[in-house]
Amino acid sequence: MEVIQLQQLKKAFNQGRPNEFWAIRGVDLAIQPHQITVLKGPSGSGKTTLLSMIGCLSRPTSGRILLGERILSGLPERFMTEVRRSTFGFIFQQFNLIKGLTALENVMLPAYPLGPDHRQLKQKAAALLQQFGIGNKAESRVEWLSGGEAQRTAIARALINDPACLIADEPTANLDSRLSEALMQIVGELKQDGMTILLTSHDPVVYDAPVIDRVIELHDGQVIGE
Amino acid sequence: MRFFFRRQAYLIDFTLSSLARRPGKNLGLLLVYTLIVFLLASVMLFTQSLRSEASLVLAQSPEIIVQRIVAGRHALIPASYLQKMGRIRGVIGRHGRLWGYFYDPAVRANYTLMVPRERELAADEIVIGAGIARTRGLSTGDFITFRASDGSAHAFRVVDQLAAESELVSSDLILLSEASFRSFFGIPEGLYTDLVLNVRNPRELRKVAEKLTLRLPDTRPILRDEILRTYDSIFSWRQGIVFVLLVGAILAFIIFAWDKASGLSAEERKEIGVLKAIGWETTDVIRMKFWEGSIISLSAFLLGYLAAYAHVFYSSAVLFEPVLKGWAILYPEFQPLPHIDGLQLATLFFFTVFPYTVATIIPIWRAAITDPDTVMR
Amino acid sequence: MRKSTLLILAIGLLSILFLLSVMDASLGRQDASSRIRLMQTQVREYELTDLSLFTEARYTRHLSQADGFTPFQDHPMAFEHFPSGSLVTPPALLGAPR
Repeated sequence: MEVIQLQQLKKAFNQGRPNEFWAIRGVDLAIQPHQITVLKGPSGSGKTTLLSMIGCLSRPTSGRILLGERILSGLPERFMTEVRRSTFGFIFQQFNLIKGLTALENVMLPAYPLGPDHRQLKQKAAALLQQFGIGNKAESRVEWLSGGEAQRTAIARALINDPACLIADEPTANLDSRLSEALMQIVGELKQDGMTILLTSHDPVVYDAPVIDRVIELHDGQVIGE
Repeated sequence: MRFFFRRQAYLIDFTLSSLARRPGKNLGLLLVYTLIVFLLASVMLFTQSLRSEASLVLAQSPEIIVQRIVAGRHALIPASYLQKMGRIRGVIGRHGRLWGYFYDPAVRANYTLMVPRERELAADEIVIGAGIARTRGLSTGDFITFRASDGSAHAFRVVDQLAAESELVSSDLILLSEASFRSFFGIPEGLYTDLVLNVRNPRELRKVAEKLTLRLPDTRPILRDEILRTYDSIFSWRQGIVFVLLVGAILAFIIFAWDKASGLSAEERKEIGVLKAIGWETTDVIRMKFWEGSIISLSAFLLGYLAAYAHVFYSSAVLFEPVLKGWAILYPEFQPLPHIDGLQLATLFFFTVFPYTVATIIPIWRAAITDPDTVMR
Repeated sequence: MRKSTLLILAIGLLSILFLLSVMDASLGRQDASSRIRLMQTQVREYELTDLSLFTEARYTRHLSQADGFTPFQDHPMAFEHFPSGSLVTPPALLGAPR
């Protein structure tokens, strides 16, 4: 895993129209590998937008994102998808698990396009669920899982393709304090395994946690401090 | 290659799980779809079978029948016309035919009475078709009485029954001697129902017909070829009930396809966004939807066709019987002759599978190319 | 068992049945040959011209022999014998120019 460099990054929505809105107004940043970095700031500060650009879910309006020497921001759709799949593991604020499927199936989903051996994939997914303490919920439909269980299923799903970098958007938004602390525990363990982790949060449990290496403050689409 | 199959298998896994989320709705859709295919395929198989059987069997009909028309209506023809037509080249035999209808008020059925040329029957002996035997509960040796044209009662004795296997052509036949026929219907000697001409060379038929029209201007010739063509066009897709059925089925297919093609719900769109966000490419999403469409339509086709095949050939199209029977009391019991027209089958397959499958992909196109970023919002 | 495996087996089974039905059709035709021959003999010997499918009216019973007026003769109220009349067309020869 290499350094993620953000150079003069800008992002606008509805460009050219009367309701044009600049979510990111020029961000220069270097995210160091094997560290836990938190983007902190009030809602509307652009944290989620920044996160989605780093994770190759959207493109910047101007500026560049580099992974080591490689430029990510200008890649055609297919390559962006590949990077998204293999390098980044995403955990959404609303988990976004596919309803009607079991927890196990949800965890296996990101690997489907790679066409791996079925039995191995199934074992790996089950092992991940086990690792996070919800192995017994593997065959349960995700609608029936509690908030914490769904959270952990989402984490397992993000890890199925062995990404080098984990990205999570407001991971504790739907959790109580006990589960939030448990989550930070898991995050700490993943860092120990060598993963690069990038979080956004306005929850003190997250940005005041001892495992955090670096906190970056955002306001109105710009970095205002660390 | 192996990788490709594995990938499709995973996409199918997902599609099936996705369909299983709404089992009632999707099973209902499959059921209705299958029923429509069943109906269309049943009609197709049954009508093809009848047409092919008719063309095989009626190939033995008389080459030319000369029918007299008076005031636009079929009238009895004088025996003297056999001489009046004179010598016509190619005609190797000519004779009169006697046949007519009898309405039996006891069972409200119509029978066709015929005088067979090559079967000797004594006065008041009759041979009955299997359908009549069944409807009137008659068997060999029984007597039956009909009211003749002069009001008197005629008693007939059944001496034989025509084979049940041949019901399709003989179900309602009563064969009797010429003498009985004439006395029963009050048709004097010297008159026939129509005339039959035997012509050996089929290429001479037109010429013979032409000459007949000139020499016997108040008659019209009916050629065997015309008989066969009549039966070639029965149950044609282009008319009557069958046409209504076809239009109904096409409308149903259009409605299914339209429903699929007319767009995704917000939920479905979000789901596609999630799939893309976790690493599925646009082609994966489109292929997955393609599988969804083809699984349903292919299953409906196979199930519907197999059910239709069993219905037509193993239960003699039992569901069509009330329709075909109509007002008739006598309806032949017969096993349809299996006959499959590849072209019609391929057309059915095409219309069943293609539009629906394509329709599932259309709304996905736009959704599949959007940035997954929207999922985050 | 995996869902996709189940589906492939099901479709495979149906496809095999489909192929069997095609074979069954050709076998059925062979079995029917004696019946067809019997009917051909009857048609030839008794000089038959039509199938006895629709026995309720003259122009439906003897399709190929019907003249232009019989549909209107059978019953004062019946201009049409449903559904047979809508299943079969008037024979082509009635429409042909003479």
